[in-house]
This record gives sequence, C-alpha cells and structure tokens, in this order.
Amino acid sequence: MTIIFDGRPLQVRAGQTVGAALAGAGIRSWRATRRNGRPRGLFCGIGACFDCLVTVDGQPGQRACLVPIREGMTVDRGHD
Amino acid sequence: MTEVAVVGAGPAGLAAAVYAAAGGLPVVLVDAGARPGGQYWRQPDPALGAARRRPIFTALEDHVRAGRIRYLPRAEVAVLEPGAPFRLHLSPVTADAPAPPETVTATDLILCPGGYDRQLPVPGWDLPGVLAAGGVQALVKGTRTVPGRRAVIAGTGPFLLPVATGLAAAGGRVVAVCEAGSPWRWARQAHRAALVPGKGLEALGYAAALARHRIPYRTRTVVTAVLGEEHVEGAVLARVDPAGNVLSGTSREVQVDLVAFGWGFTPSLELPLAAGVRTRLDIDGSLVVEVDRDQRTSVPRVRVAGEATGVGGAVLARLEGELAARSLVAEVHRKPLRASALRGRIRRLRAFARALHEAHPVPAAWSRWLTEDTLVCRCEEVPFAAVRHAVEELSATDPRTVRSLTRVGMGWCQGRVCANACARLTADLTHTALTADALRSTARRTLAAPLDLSRLARLDETLP
Repeated sequence: MTIIFDGRPLQVRAGQTVGAALAGAGIRSWRATRRNGRPRGLFCGIGACFDCLVTVDGQPGQRACLVPIREGMTVDRGHD
Repeated sequence: MTEVAVVGAGPAGLAAAVYAAAGGLPVVLVDAGARPGGQYWRQPDPALGAARRRPIFTALEDHVRAGRIRYLPRAEVAVLEPGAPFRLHLSPVTADAPAPPETVTATDLILCPGGYDRQLPVPGWDLPGVLAAGGVQALVKGTRTVPGRRAVIAGTGPFLLPVATGLAAAGGRVVAVCEAGSPWRWARQAHRAALVPGKGLEALGYAAALARHRIPYRTRTVVTAVLGEEHVEGAVLARVDPAGNVLSGTSREVQVDLVAFGWGFTPSLELPLAAGVRTRLDIDGSLVVEVDRDQRTSVPRVRVAGEATGVGGAVLARLEGELAARSLVAEVHRKPLRASALRGRIRRLRAFARALHEAHPVPAAWSRWLTEDTLVCRCEEVPFAAVRHAVEELSATDPRTVRSLTRVGMGWCQGRVCANACARLTADLTHTALTADALRSTARRTLAAPLDLSRLARLDETLP
C-alpha cells in the first residue's frame, strides 16, 4: 500500500494507522512545537496526548495514532 | 422508557452493553475505537489476520444485528450534559471517521472510559522515540508495528512485562525492563495474590517469556534521563533506594532508540466529572469515582465501571461492567438482584489490585531526577523551573493556581498527560501530601474531546 507523505510516496503495510506507518518507516517526528520548534511524533499512542497531530488529506489536526491508512491518502507534517 | 448510554467498549463497557441488552434495555454504545475491545482487549485491523475472538465480541454483534444495541464506533463524547435525560454530544475521532449522530439522549448512563498510562516527566521525555508503555503495546498488538530497534521499558507495575515480551516477540530488542519497585515488597503481599490464583500463573508466564527473550529485569532501577538531540539516542539507568533517591555511582548510559514509560495508569474522568459524580483519591494516587456495591455513583442514574472506579485490570473491569448493567436491569424491572458471587469476585480482585498498587508506588523522590529545564507540560512546553517559580516565588499552593500562572496543562491534551505529575510536584514543593482536592482542581474538562467550532456554536444555544 502507498501513501503520500510530504509529497513523496511511502510504502506502508495495510492494517496500520498513519502513526504506525510513519513510525514503522523510521519516521519519528512530523510536527514542530509552537514555542520551541521541537520535534514531536507518537507518544501516548491511543489518542489522549495529541502529540502526533498531522494533516491528512488536507484536514489539519488529526491524531495520527487514530487514523487508519488508505491507499493514496496524503499525509503532511502538522503544525501547532 | 429506559434508554441506556454506555460509553467505552473496553472490558467494562462491552460487558455493560451486552448485559443491559440481554436484560431487555435499549442500549447505545459509544466508543472511540474502530473495533470493540478497548486497550486491554485490543483487536488488530482485520487486514492483519484473524484475532482472538472473545465470546463477548460475538455477543455484541448479535445484539447489534438484532437492533438491541446501537453501536457507534470511532466516536467520542465531546460534551456530556447532565440531567434527565442526559444528552451526549458526539464527535468523530478523526475527520475520516463516519459522522456519528450529533446528539444521543439517555435516561441512564454506564460510563466505562478506561484510562491511559500515567507519566512522570524526566529530562528528555519529550524526545521523539519516548512512548507511553501502552502506546508501544497498541502499536505492537494493534498494528504489528515495532516502533524502535533497541528499547528500554521503564516505570513500575506488572504492565511493563507484557509490553516488553510483546515487543521482543515482534522483533524488537529490549535491553532492559527497569522496575522502580522491588519484588520483595510484592512477596509480602503474596498472600493476597493467592486469593486470585490465575494471577500467579500469569506472572510465571511473563517470567518465562522474559527469560526466553533474554530480557534483563532490573528492580529498584529507573531511567533518570533520556538522551538525544532530535530523537532518542540513549537513556541513563540508575539504581534507587526505596524512596527513589539515586544511589551514587550506579548511573550508566545505554544506547537505545526507544524508551517506553509506564508509571501505572490514570483513569479518564472527564465524563464522570461532567456528570457531577463524587470522586476520591485512590491508593495509587489517582482520582477515581466513588461507587456503591452496585456501581452506582453519587448522581442518580449514573453508573461507572472499570478503571475509572480504581485501576484494577481487565478482568475486574469486565465484572464491574456486568454488575453495573445487571443492577440497572434489576432496578428497571423492580426485581431483586442476586449477585453475591459476582460482588465477591469483584471484592477479591479489588484487594489484589490494592496489593499491586502498594507494591508499585510512584517513588516519593522522583522529582529529584528533574532538571530546571525538564518540561513538565509537553504541550505548552512549561519547564520545571516555571512550576518551581510559581510555588516558591509566587506562592501557589495548589495545581490550579500553578496552572493559571504557568499554563501547565492548558495545551492540546488539556493536562491528561501532566496533571497528575504536576499535582505531585506541587505537593512536593509545598511539603504537603497529594490530595483528592488537588487532583480535582484541574481534572474538569468541559470539552472531553475535540469538537468542530460550528458544532460548538450550535451547542451554545442548547447548553443551560
């Protein structure tokens, strides 16, 4: 299965969430914090912490750990 | 006409929904998950192959097919309006999820919101590659994803064991499990464990799995700092005394790219608190809901089951969910409830949970591992120095005032991750004990889940 991450195709496994797919591909952060610009990725992994926010198919502020991947979906780095 | 809303489809919520439906009550079941099971009974995506089919999943399907349970997965309760009937304003968990009905009403509530890993800030815990232990478990069990190559699992409590063995079985290398407590403390409580024999076998199973994967299990050992610039590159392990003071000369660095922390669990209390229920401080330092012997809260027609009444694991949660539903069914049908065996099992499992909590306390001196620039609040990026300043220079004596002065707990997660730690820090800095009032002061969240602004605008007209 292929998703488009930051404009580039990324091979991922069916059955993953966006967060799992990125982490599984060795991508550990996809958001910078508002104050200090620090990198953030998965933390709680179950939708409680909002650290893993990402833009999915143009929709900002999605919890990467809760969005199931779909063929061809676009995923872009999140912003606070 | 009775209509029951059950929130949460983990062990407690599933049991509550199935027993309420079996008792003839119409049920709506709201759950954030894509599949029933919650965190404990997480089912992987069907694309990953067949999972263990628990009979209760089949029971749920049967009730849904027969129209007795209206099951709303991938939906969260954003706002709970108290009163009779209760109104639950729902929100899809993510933009791609099917839109749930905007509002459901119910005459009775059974709230089974579960919980999430409790965290203690340490230097470097905000680096990518630091995950909650439950998050690692969710990735491994739910998506067969291994989020790192070399891991250390640290914190306290028996949950660290399945996380470590699960990660190793999936291909991750676990260089150590760091347990802050000591098994000797546990041994002293063993007589209570004997009341629940299955638990002893479970522990033996994990011990065997640790040995099989050659995972060192280090007691009285903690991770005092996570190392790295842009992501995790290492961790500092240290031996501690029973209070959590680092023993000099015992610190050493290990190279890892994944650190999983779990210091027990924090129950999700947003919805019970929105309903107005009475709460108390549990033995593990969590704020929990007070319930009677039938899972009734202080608010009429609101029952709570599972971790929100005190962290105690999946089996206890399932039994509490069953009791909550059966007591409601009995009440509605005006029939006596015969549940002494069920209540007895709940009592024994609760005693077992208490013994576990006593054996795995948060180390009293953990705040000494912090540096001035350690972030306490990850969202608003508030360092320990700011919390200290609020208490020592600005005379804050409670977490709510600390929050107002520093913005700790005011970001995206609304304090879910740091509120418990911040209350502990405030207590430490003011040389007082952690209290239920302190935890309550920052526990209320008007919005329990994100809600579209357009929805919020419309809600404004309906809220009292």
